[in-house]
Amino acid sequence: MIIPPPPGRPAAPLDLELVQVTKRFGSFVANDRVSLKIPSGTFHALIGENGAGKSTLVKCIMGFHTADEGDVIIGGHSRDIRSPADAYQFGIGMVYQHFTLVPAMTVAENLVLSRPDLPATIPWEAERKRLNAFMRTAPFQVDLDQPASQLAAGQKQKVEILKQLYLESRFLILDEPTSVLTPGEADEVLGLIRRKVEAGELSVLLISHKFREVFGFCNSVTVLRRGKVTGGGLVKDLTTDDLAAMMMGGPRTPRTVAKADRAPGAVALELKGLRADKDSGVPALEGLDLCLREGEVVGVAGVSGNGQRELVEVLAGQRPATGGEVLVHGEWYGATRTDAARHGVFLLPEEPLRNGCVPAMSVAENIAFREFDRPPIRLAGCLVSRRGIRGFAQGLISRFGVKTRSTETPIGDLSGGNVQRAVLARELGPGTAKVLIAANPCFGLDFAAVESIHGQITEARNRGVAVLLVSEDLDELLSLSDRLLVMSHGAIVHETTPAQADVKVIGHHMAGH
Amino acid sequence: MNTESIGWWGVVIGILAGAVRGGTPFLLVSLGECLTEKCGKINLGLEGTLLVGAMSAYAISYKTGNPWIGVAAAAGAGAVMGALHAFLVSRPKVNDIAAGIAMLIFGSGLAFYLGKPFIQPSAPQLPGLELGGWSAMPQVAAALKISPIFLLGIALAFLLQWAFRSTRFGLRVRAVGDSPAAARALGISVGRTRLLGITLGSALSGIGGAHLSLFYPGAWTEAISSGQGLMAVALVIFARWNPVHCLYASLLFGGAQAIGPSLQAVGVSTGYYLWNASPYVLTLAVMIATCSTRRTLAGAPGALGVPG
Repeated sequence: MIIPPPPGRPAAPLDLELVQVTKRFGSFVANDRVSLKIPSGTFHALIGENGAGKSTLVKCIMGFHTADEGDVIIGGHSRDIRSPADAYQFGIGMVYQHFTLVPAMTVAENLVLSRPDLPATIPWEAERKRLNAFMRTAPFQVDLDQPASQLAAGQKQKVEILKQLYLESRFLILDEPTSVLTPGEADEVLGLIRRKVEAGELSVLLISHKFREVFGFCNSVTVLRRGKVTGGGLVKDLTTDDLAAMMMGGPRTPRTVAKADRAPGAVALELKGLRADKDSGVPALEGLDLCLREGEVVGVAGVSGNGQRELVEVLAGQRPATGGEVLVHGEWYGATRTDAARHGVFLLPEEPLRNGCVPAMSVAENIAFREFDRPPIRLAGCLVSRRGIRGFAQGLISRFGVKTRSTETPIGDLSGGNVQRAVLARELGPGTAKVLIAANPCFGLDFAAVESIHGQITEARNRGVAVLLVSEDLDELLSLSDRLLVMSHGAIVHETTPAQADVKVIGHHMAGH
Repeated sequence: MNTESIGWWGVVIGILAGAVRGGTPFLLVSLGECLTEKCGKINLGLEGTLLVGAMSAYAISYKTGNPWIGVAAAAGAGAVMGALHAFLVSRPKVNDIAAGIAMLIFGSGLAFYLGKPFIQPSAPQLPGLELGGWSAMPQVAAALKISPIFLLGIALAFLLQWAFRSTRFGLRVRAVGDSPAAARALGISVGRTRLLGITLGSALSGIGGAHLSLFYPGAWTEAISSGQGLMAVALVIFARWNPVHCLYASLLFGGAQAIGPSLQAVGVSTGYYLWNASPYVLTLAVMIATCSTRRTLAGAPGALGVPG
C-alpha cells in the first residue's frame, strides 16, 4: 500500500530500505534487483566503479527516476517518491556530484532558494540573521555574498553540503562529496557529518570511491558492480581487499607505474611574474613565478580559490594574463592553437565537460579536436574526413578504455570518468605532448580510473614530458610530484619535495600564514 | 505654436518630452523582455505582441468608450500571446529565436487583420497627467503631459528590481533562467515558472502597445510600432538584464528618437534622416564603450538561448 507523505517533516533520522529495485533504460539494466537496508542513525557507504549504477540508484530514491520494479521503504512503509520535492517532504536530501548551485546567485540566495517552504516575499533582514546564526555553527565558512559562479569547485562542494545541513534533512545522500576537498577538509566535513549521525540527528548514504572514507566514517557498506549488489555488510567485518574484490569482481591487482629515476632536463615552462584577474576583475594571480623542467612533475597544492583555476585558464588560453610572461622552451607562449601544437602543450582541465569538451558533439569529434585540421584527417583544402575522425577516435577509445555506446554518442552523455578518459586519450594519445598541464584530473573518479590516470601521468613524465599538476588532493600530489609548490593568494609561497614534505607545514602555508 | 521665442530650448524640451513619450513603449517592452529573458528564454515576438496590444487597446477603447478597459484588454491579449510562446518554447527541440520570429509575424498579421476596421474611427484616449500647468509656455505644458502608462512603467521597473531579489517568484525565475538543472534539483518546476514569467512579460509588452494607440501617437495604424519591440530586445542586453537600467535605457532611446523631429521643429532640417538614425548609432556607441572582451556579459542568464 502506498501512503502519501506525512504532513510534517520527520525530526528523527530515517531508516530506509530498498527492496529489489530494478531500473532499466531501454535494454540497459542500470540497477538489477538491488536491495539494501540503512537503519536509523547509521552511516552507510555505497561503493562501486564508474557506471556501476550508484547514481541511478540514488536518483530513484530522490524521485528523479521511478524504479521499474521494487520498493522504497521508509519507516516501515512503502513510499512513492515522484519528485525531489516529495523526497524533501520525507526528510531526504542529497548532495549531487554535479553542482546544483545557481551560478548567478550569491551563496546566501542559493541557501535561501533551497528552502521549499520559501515565503512569497523574502524578508532579507530576518533571513540574514538566520543565515548568520547558521554559519556560526557551520563546520566551514563561505562568503555569503559571493556569487556561486566565483567559487572554486571545493568551495561549491562545501556550499552544497551546507545547504543540506541548512535544510535540516534527516537522511542525507552524499554523492562523492569529498572529491574536491583537501584531505584535511574531507576529514573535517565527514567528521562533522559523522558526529551528527552519532548524535542521532541523521542517517547518511555516502557514495564514495575512497576506502579510507568507508573505513574511517561508515558503519556499513553495500558494493555495486554492473548494477548488481556484489557484497556488503558491517565495515568492521570487512577488509580493503574484500571490498576491492567485490568491486572489481576479483582480487585487486594494483597496477602502478614506477617513477623512473631520472634527472630533470631543460626548462620547458617558465612563468615570470604572471598576473591575471578573476571574472569579477579582482586580481587572482599576483606575480606568480614558476619553473618546470622536462621529465619532472611539479605539483601545485593550495586551498581552492587561491588562483589555481585562473592559473590553469591562463595556460589554457581561456583567460588573458594582465601582466608577466609565459615562456615555453624559452619562447614567448600565447596559448594559441598554433603555439600549443608547436610546443606540444597539452591540457587535462578540471570539469573536463565544461573546459575541454563540446558536450553536444560526438565522442569521436571531441577526441579529434587536436588533430582534425591536420592530415591525415584533413583532406585537401578545408575538407575533413568523417571516416578519419572515426578511425582516429576508435583507436584511442579502445586504448584508453573509454566506455561509450558508439563513437557518435554525444560526449555529454558519458559518465564523468569516461569523459575524463576521452580527454586524456585526446591529450596523451598521440604521444606528442612535451608539456602537460593537469588540473584536478581525478575529480570524482573511482580508484581504477584514478590509478589509470596516475599511471598515464607518471608514464608521460618518464618519457620526458614536463607535467604541471594542479590539484586539491594532497595525497595525489605527494605520490606523483617530484617537487611540490604551495599556492596562496595568487603566488607560490612554499616549495618542498614529497620526500621532505611535512603535511603540517604545507597546511600552514596553504592557509596563508 | 511659436518655436522661435524659446529658440534652442525647444530642442531640449522636445528631446525630454520625447524621452518620456517615446520611451514608454521601450520601457514596457524591455521590462517584459527582461522578465522573459531572466527565465532563460528570448521572446522576439514582443514586436508582434506590441502591435496586438496596440490594436486590442484601441478596438476595445472604441467599443466600450473606456480607455482603461482597453489597457486591460491589451494586457490580456499580450498574456495570451505570451502563453502561446511559452507553450511553444517548452516543447523539446523548439528554438526560442525561431519561435519568436514566428510569433512576431503571427502577431503583426493578426493585429493588421483584426485591426482593419479600426483605422478610421477615433477611440477615447488615455488621459494625460498635466504636470506642466505652472508654466506659461505651451511647449513645456505639452512636454509635461505624462502618460499614466509611463508612471506604471517606472513603478514596474523598481518592483521588478525588488522582485528579482526578494520574492520567491523572482528567485525562482533567476534560478530557472540561469541553471534549469539546478532549479530542477531544487524541486522548482521549470516549465511552470517559465510559463508564468513569459506570460507576464508579454502582458507588459501588450500594455506598451496600449500607450502607442491610446496616448502617443494615439491612433491605430499599421506602422505604429516601427520596430520598437525589436529595439527593446537589444535594449535589455544594453541594460544588462537590470530592470532599473531598462528604465534609463528606454529614456535614452526615446530621447534619441526625438532628436530629428525636435531639430526640424526649430527649422533645422539638414540631415533629418541622419538624426533619426541616432538611436541606432547610440546603441552601437554605448555597446562598444561598455563591452569588455575580458568579462562575459555580467547579468546574462546562464541558460539564455540554450534549448531545454
